[in-house]
Amino acid sequence: MEYKSFLVKYAEIGLKGKNRSYFEDCLVNQIRQNLSMLGEYKVTKEQGRIYVDCPEGYDYDDTVDCLSKIFGIVGFMPVMEIPTTDWDAICKLAVDFVEQSFAEKNFTFKMFCKRGDKNYPMTSPEIACELGGVLLEHFPGLSVDVHNPDKSITVEVRSHAYIYSDGYKGIGGMPVGCNGKAMLLLSGGIDSPVAGYMIAKRGVAIDATYFDAPPYTNERARQKVIDLAKQISKYVGPIKLNIINFTEIQMYIYETCPHEELTILMRRYMMRIAEEIANRSNCLALITGESLGQVASQTMQSLNCTNAVCKMPVYRPLIGFDKSEIVEISQRIGTFETSILPYEDCCTIYVAKHPVTKPILHIIEHSETLLAEKIDDMVARAIDERTIMRIKPE
Amino acid sequence: MKEIYLDNAATTRVCEEAVSIMEQVMREDFGNPSSLHRKGFVADTYVREAKKQIAKSLKCEEKEIILTSGGTEANNLALFGGAYAKKRSGNHIISTSVEHASVYNPLIFLEEQGFEVTYLSVDANGRISLEELKNSLRKDTILVSIMAVNNEIGAVEPIAEAAKLVHDFNANILFHVDAIQSYGKLPIAPGKLGIDLLSVSGHKLHGPKGSGFLYKRDKVRIIPEILGGGQQNNMRSGTENVPAIAGLGEAVRVYFQNQKQYMEQMYACKEAFLRRLADMPFAHPNAVFSELSDTHSLSERVRMTAPHVLCVSFDSISKSEVLLHSLEEYGIYVSSGSACSSNHPAISGTLKAIGLPDCYLGSTIRFSFCPETTLSEIEETCDRLSEIVPKLQKYTVK
Repeated sequence: MEYKSFLVKYAEIGLKGKNRSYFEDCLVNQIRQNLSMLGEYKVTKEQGRIYVDCPEGYDYDDTVDCLSKIFGIVGFMPVMEIPTTDWDAICKLAVDFVEQSFAEKNFTFKMFCKRGDKNYPMTSPEIACELGGVLLEHFPGLSVDVHNPDKSITVEVRSHAYIYSDGYKGIGGMPVGCNGKAMLLLSGGIDSPVAGYMIAKRGVAIDATYFDAPPYTNERARQKVIDLAKQISKYVGPIKLNIINFTEIQMYIYETCPHEELTILMRRYMMRIAEEIANRSNCLALITGESLGQVASQTMQSLNCTNAVCKMPVYRPLIGFDKSEIVEISQRIGTFETSILPYEDCCTIYVAKHPVTKPILHIIEHSETLLAEKIDDMVARAIDERTIMRIKPE
Repeated sequence: MKEIYLDNAATTRVCEEAVSIMEQVMREDFGNPSSLHRKGFVADTYVREAKKQIAKSLKCEEKEIILTSGGTEANNLALFGGAYAKKRSGNHIISTSVEHASVYNPLIFLEEQGFEVTYLSVDANGRISLEELKNSLRKDTILVSIMAVNNEIGAVEPIAEAAKLVHDFNANILFHVDAIQSYGKLPIAPGKLGIDLLSVSGHKLHGPKGSGFLYKRDKVRIIPEILGGGQQNNMRSGTENVPAIAGLGEAVRVYFQNQKQYMEQMYACKEAFLRRLADMPFAHPNAVFSELSDTHSLSERVRMTAPHVLCVSFDSISKSEVLLHSLEEYGIYVSSGSACSSNHPAISGTLKAIGLPDCYLGSTIRFSFCPETTLSEIEETCDRLSEIVPKLQKYTVK
């Protein structure tokens, strides 16, 4: 017998009072959307749970992989089902289930029962007790532990009978889109994809902006960013990626301003451009991968200077993280391998030998006045001529 | 946009003749050359025809050709197969400090296995010294491996003299030539020169990728690396890659039909390029015997090098890759010289080995031609260079 459906558990969104059904609908939609790439699954909401019915001939591993990447799911368990509530059939179901679900039959368990059909001739505790007995008899390695079981096994008796165990852990968080949209400044590095992932985890849909600098950066660097966007889109859903040609602006700053301020000035223009695009696409915040003190442009003074150009809130979910912690997440979400490919991004070219680490806002602002002649046109052009790509998970 | 492809030392466009024969093999004559039926026999004729063309080009016999998946496999087979076959006679190998990775990485592996390798130095023009070679030969030397043409700078090594010197010292030493950049570009007849092993790649002369061969002089014994069904006299098992082999055969046939003319065409391009570079004070061509300019004409000096590779260093370009991408914006494709920081004599890179100052290691570009390259393409490339380089120099971090 094979698993024909999954039971999806969610926690946090269940707590949201009157908004509950909105969040639930978001999650159902998210599950539908993600599973639609694998086939025709039926996703239904019923009494505080979500059921996923799998189509004929579905791929079990792909389905598990897909569900384990959807924000808002705390856990999900494969379910076995029989179209009857006949007692002998239920006993056989329980035995089949243990046989197939667990490689080693030497664990402790606790049997649960939920009885939707109140006319059923046995009560829930009776069913649990009897079925536990059947399993003990059939699998001599098993034993019951009602306080601290290795596994819990649940049987539901409604119009049909269902059985499932603990299943898989989900990644938690909240369904993407239930919390609006934000603009991620995506580079080719390790941090920014992780930052996008973390904010998306709180239910936020993501757009992204990448700053390209041909001929100083190459097509592989650009492809790397597209690949990163694709990887995080497995979690966050479709991403609108804006690619800005930043070369002209960078060159102009380089020609006009003190070289040690180059990075900080560049980043201020990146923030301005990202904010402008964010406004146009109804994003309510910017997201960056900055982590306090990691590099010259991420000291408190530097962040103060870059932050000063934005009216929009800037989310920096990694601000208190060590590099090793960020690397750990990037490995888990599958962006690390791509992030460490050795292609230059626009931040690593023309880096001054000694960039300012403690820039002072009014000095930086003064340097920017030197750019007054052309910079507004350049920024407007960079935004108008941006390339927009719609990135979808594959 | 019209493309100007000047990266022919990396790979070349497959010629029409090769494409059409490969299509025929893949669509119709797809048999396994080892099969006994007609389909197999037909497939085998393609393999034999290709070997015939190759043998003709090298003035050797068909049985001396071992078809491989390309140059890298040919080099690996020659070095491992040669070293292990000769192991009982000694464990000393001689090579140069400007070899391609497909030679030096096998050599480093052999060093780890207990072989001792001497790496010959080169002069500013990338040429080894025969004197140093002579002094490096020992009683326990079993293998000498020297490339014919360097892939990065186009230096031509004195293969004929080296082979004679080695075999005069001891006729049993295996003499291997990596001819991947020289085959077709310069005439070479291994039999006459006393070369024992010679590696060739198909895609460097308008054949398909995944094709190549090792010439192994008859009577020379090496140990095969790939064991299996015993194809190719047990020297290289595995069902022959018939489409690639047929394509290689056609490419060789076409190339060698016109070999002299092709060579002159490419020399003309290189010469024209160098004439234009002379007017660009920021450009410094490497390994073109500049020091002989008082006594030798440019045309004479160019003919002391390979016809298709020109390596140029530029002043104040922080990274050759940036220049590469700038040229790319005009549809001009080139390659950047590689710099490597390693201290191992074999892997520090050709540019370091010819004594190029550190400041140029990262600002060197390789232009490489093919018989299709035209003088007007060279002119256009030089026009772009004289326009782009000064612009980039403005933005170099000092």
